[in-house]
Amino acid sequence: MSAAPLLSVRDLKVQFALPGTWPWSRPRLLRAVDGISFDVLPGQTLGVVGESGCGKSTLARAMLNLIPSQAGRITWQGQDMRGAPAAQWQQLRRSVQMIFQDPLASLDPRMTVGRIIAEPLRTHHPELDTPEVLRRVRAMMARVGLTEQQINRYPHEFSGGQCQRIGIARALILEPKLVICDEPVSALDVSIQAQIINLLQDLQAQMGLALVFIAHDLAVVKHISQRIMVMYLGRAVELADTATLYAQPQHPYTQALLSAIPVPNPRVQRAKVVTLLQGDLPSPLAPPSGCHFRTRCPRAEPSCALHAPVLRPVGSGSTLAACDLI
Amino acid sequence: MSLLSVNNLAVHFDTPDGEVTAVNGMAFELERGQTLGIVGESGSGKSQSVLALMGLLAANGRAEGQALFNGQDLLALPEAALNRIRGNRVAMIFQDPMTSLNPYLTVERQMTEVLELHQGQTRQQARKHAIEALEAVKIPDAARRVGLYPHEFSGGMRQRVMIAMALLCQPDVLIADEPTTALDVTVQAQIMALMRELQRTHGTAIVMITHDLGVVAGLCDEVMVLYGGRVMEQGSADSVFERPSHPYTLGLLHAVPRLEDQGQRLTAIPGAPPNMAHLPPGCPFCERCSLAEARCHSDRPALVARPGNGWRACHKSPAQVAAAALTQEEAL
Repeated sequence: MSAAPLLSVRDLKVQFALPGTWPWSRPRLLRAVDGISFDVLPGQTLGVVGESGCGKSTLARAMLNLIPSQAGRITWQGQDMRGAPAAQWQQLRRSVQMIFQDPLASLDPRMTVGRIIAEPLRTHHPELDTPEVLRRVRAMMARVGLTEQQINRYPHEFSGGQCQRIGIARALILEPKLVICDEPVSALDVSIQAQIINLLQDLQAQMGLALVFIAHDLAVVKHISQRIMVMYLGRAVELADTATLYAQPQHPYTQALLSAIPVPNPRVQRAKVVTLLQGDLPSPLAPPSGCHFRTRCPRAEPSCALHAPVLRPVGSGSTLAACDLI
Repeated sequence: MSLLSVNNLAVHFDTPDGEVTAVNGMAFELERGQTLGIVGESGSGKSQSVLALMGLLAANGRAEGQALFNGQDLLALPEAALNRIRGNRVAMIFQDPMTSLNPYLTVERQMTEVLELHQGQTRQQARKHAIEALEAVKIPDAARRVGLYPHEFSGGMRQRVMIAMALLCQPDVLIADEPTTALDVTVQAQIMALMRELQRTHGTAIVMITHDLGVVAGLCDEVMVLYGGRVMEQGSADSVFERPSHPYTLGLLHAVPRLEDQGQRLTAIPGAPPNMAHLPPGCPFCERCSLAEARCHSDRPALVARPGNGWRACHKSPAQVAAAALTQEEAL
């Protein structure tokens, strides 16, 4: 915790106004991200897990101001980005890049691989001449495991895993300090998933990258992250070091999430007692009062409905959890 | 005699690039109350094999072989006879509940249709049974919800509606094609617990298609590992997970990150899944296999008995594969 954080986010809130049920009714407010705070340290990986609809992807986009946030502070290397002009965000995006979930949909089908990977360079470094751009593109393709001969091909000629390699090359060509990976492996087959995870870890070590790794698969997140934030309905419920989180999960939601993962070992899996949660994720348009998790929490008490718990230190280690019952 | 006995199943498609064989030489026996897991990556033929059993192949597809259900060959039956079996004695759950439910009809209409058609029930009786089926899959307030449209349910609820619908006629065989892939882990755990419970109470045999080895481990008695449309290894879940005797099974087991790992590097399987239109003449896995030798590229290994139980298709001996497993584990 000694190094200064690369990026720090404080009390970030993102809200969407949805049209009401009738043309004359008031718009409904969807609090997609509801007061999230965390730090990303240089060279480290922060994992963000949560079920669909908990605001993971919205958080990723709001961090880069790709969607506007309503409240909160984003500090990049000590520089307050609140109310920063577009030009300053553009500067920041040189150092912070993103990798998307759907490898094929995030590539322009009418551009060749070479042009796709070169695009960030052309945008952010217009001073570079074409031979230099080509040299860098070729070098980056080799680093992510693509061959030089593929430079003039189109995205549809590649498999899902290779498309994700193209996406990674595009993100890394500017040599960023931080890469936000939004479910980068969830669309891939397991054998390819392992290739991409290994590639990301190698490149992280070589380039000293910090990663924000968003996924719903806890085993994958555990594998790649040093710290993990667990989200539920727009709020962080637990933030802890990876080892601590898995050895001593504090929040009832984290505990249920961990116990729900099927283990690829028949003896272990059949003997396991799974903490089954009741029901489904409530609608983010009408979240429960107080603690958002109380409607599905096996330990909920009437007092949980009264006020929203805040993240506070619990247990012995550095764990932060948002639950009044611990 | 087994409940469902599949022999030498093959599925071919006529495509502009010529004939593509999606499944080849698949065989299994399924007893009452048993669960078979079919594992494989996308394009390995796992979905096409069960669609063939249900007579649901695309227009350019055709199935060969034999699939005996209570002595009747599902692949040879005329449409009308097949209609009396599918949805009734053999039911299917699809991966994506949103696209496999009819958005124009209420859940009630879609569920009562099954009972009216297969069991000749009146609308009133059928409605009562539909509500009971929804209650059995733990949908709260089923009597009201039965009148809703599919879009008014959440993803997990919709998958439960699909399961309730498949179980309406208390089928002997339930085919589940990736039933939890689109769901979150906590909901997946609910659905898996539900399937296990229904199997206990009804004695339904389940064919479970998945790419998640954890789901197989929790639910299945038997496992079949498919690659490039062919069976690589098949046997009891315990023995396949504990002593994988095929390099591909081994690769799959080592490629998934596990919670109990200590941050070791994952052992990825190099390369990409094969192009089904241009499969190598030998073993379909040879191009990605670390143990492959010359004959793996030229001769296709036959399915032979594996130690303990089941079958395997590999030129390497089980001992050689086990040795490779050991070196892989030591390298970690």
